[in-house]
Amino acid sequence: MPLLEITDLRKAFTAPDGTAHEVVRVPRFELEARAQVALSGPSGTGKTTFLHLIAGILAPDSGKLVLDGVEMSALAEPARDRLRATSIGYIFQTFNLLQGFTALENVLLGMSFGPGADRSRAEALLRRVGLGDRLDHFPRQLSTGQQQRIAVARALANRPKLVLADEPTGNLDAANAREALALIRGACAEDGAALLLVSHDPGVLASFDRHASLAEINHASRPPSA
Amino acid sequence: MTLWLLVRRSLRQHLLSTIVTALAIALAGGLLMSVWAVKRQAHDTFTGQTGGWDAVLGARGSKLQLVLNAVFHLEVSPGNVPWADHLDIASNRAVALAVPLAVGDNYRGYRLVGTTTNYFTQSEYAPGKKFAVVAGGRCFEDGYREALLGSFAAQRLGLKVGDEFHPYHGLNFDPNAQHQETYVVVGILEPSNTPADRVVWIPLAGLQNMSGHDPTTAADVSAVLVKLRSPIAGKTLELLYNRQGNRLTFAWPIAEQVAYLFDRFGWFDQVLTLVAWLVALVATGSVLASIYNSMSARRRDLAILRALGARRSTVFGAIVLEAAAIAVLGMAVSYVFYFSVVAVVAAVIRAQTGVVLDPLAWDAVLLWAPAAMVALSAAAGIVPAIKAYGTNVAEGLSPES
Repeated sequence: MPLLEITDLRKAFTAPDGTAHEVVRVPRFELEARAQVALSGPSGTGKTTFLHLIAGILAPDSGKLVLDGVEMSALAEPARDRLRATSIGYIFQTFNLLQGFTALENVLLGMSFGPGADRSRAEALLRRVGLGDRLDHFPRQLSTGQQQRIAVARALANRPKLVLADEPTGNLDAANAREALALIRGACAEDGAALLLVSHDPGVLASFDRHASLAEINHASRPPSA
Repeated sequence: MTLWLLVRRSLRQHLLSTIVTALAIALAGGLLMSVWAVKRQAHDTFTGQTGGWDAVLGARGSKLQLVLNAVFHLEVSPGNVPWADHLDIASNRAVALAVPLAVGDNYRGYRLVGTTTNYFTQSEYAPGKKFAVVAGGRCFEDGYREALLGSFAAQRLGLKVGDEFHPYHGLNFDPNAQHQETYVVVGILEPSNTPADRVVWIPLAGLQNMSGHDPTTAADVSAVLVKLRSPIAGKTLELLYNRQGNRLTFAWPIAEQVAYLFDRFGWFDQVLTLVAWLVALVATGSVLASIYNSMSARRRDLAILRALGARRSTVFGAIVLEAAAIAVLGMAVSYVFYFSVVAVVAAVIRAQTGVVLDPLAWDAVLLWAPAAMVALSAAAGIVPAIKAYGTNVAEGLSPES
């Protein structure tokens, strides 16, 4: 049984003029446990919306989304929040770290909404991503590459079954991007988490054995270009 | 633990507004507690302040005026009581002790009161407490121009045993109204925390015969303080003087007259209390405004928390808890403000009346007012918390342009 199974998933937004604009229409998508898949697609093709739907941040208008045997699309929001906290790690392009919290606290907070804060594991994770001597640093005191590493540690903190990464190298220079990608892929492989990574960087996409174009799996009609 | 960490960090991130808002809460809470405690303590202290006496006999007029004049040494005397009336009540079998008082002079604003030594030797200003003279001094002797000073008056006038002074005519200080007589300080009373501390005590005859006073009324007194053998006797004497007679007034019981004064100014208490509550509401409103105005800046953090798995109820609770925490910080500081205000008010009341309020005295308001302020602030936090509850996670996470 696949880790993630999506059937007829649909999501539309209402435009300011009142018309519904379908952003996601995925008839079928599957992701095996421990698999690492890259999704490509130009801006505006619903990549982030698709990841938000998988993460349970957005509720689909229709369709079925099953994660690790749990029909997520049928869950109420608090249950989706809980499932996201325990089973999904999310890495964002802009890192989305809490600026008022130290590196260690950012990881601990990620844990606290899931199985519970585990200081020794949080420290071990930060050491693993090379930030063992930066535990009490605030994000603004760290480089962008280091901030992304905190985000990686936070995403893995709750031993998720699935890690979603939305353009995780988009804000990094080439060297940091390579490092970050290797770190994410290596950490997911070590922890046994599946990885679904979205990127439009050909270099990143080429490094994956399996990658798909979102345009191929998302059948939503594209809005006319401006 | 998570909520508390979120609150602590948020308070630190918005440090300036946290401090300003907490100070507003501190001032409002301190004011609320001060008004409440001073009101209650003043009522209890003044109504309990009988000087150990049950009643006052004076000229026909207001009972309250009689009490204020004879017990609190405020107000002017409503008139004189013939010496015969003093003797008459002193010999009444229902009366345990009757001590005459005469007023009409001052020394630099502090009232001179003429009385007999019985006032100090036979009366108790509180159960089991008699006046005592500081070592090295003594009570005045009848027939001599000697003065015994209340502790507060001695301190403020800077007089000590052996010093001499000339009294001034009238109850208010007029430098041009100095009497010729010279009085010598022979003793200073130990503090009694009663209006007697503000008085310069001299022999009754000294005041009655002071130069410039009307010699035809020299035998009269301003009032007679009365201690009854039994409280029931007060009713009989009240009937005798107030209903059957028409020359004199028998003010009994003393506490009732003071309570009447407080009742008359009850509206003022209510206005003060209302103002204090309004200030408290405004302060808790500032908590609402402070947090609400920062919600745009928090939008991203709230979205991140939600993306990490925080429930809507968690972010809602964090905001309410933050509002309550600001109030807790403010109310901790408010005690400093409270003790300062009550100390100043107590000093003013002591200077004006001799009655002492205790800023450190326990009052239930010290418990329920902070609880009320924290509850009000938490309630004020609900408005921004609702906004946090409705955070759109997807929008909040999108890169800021």
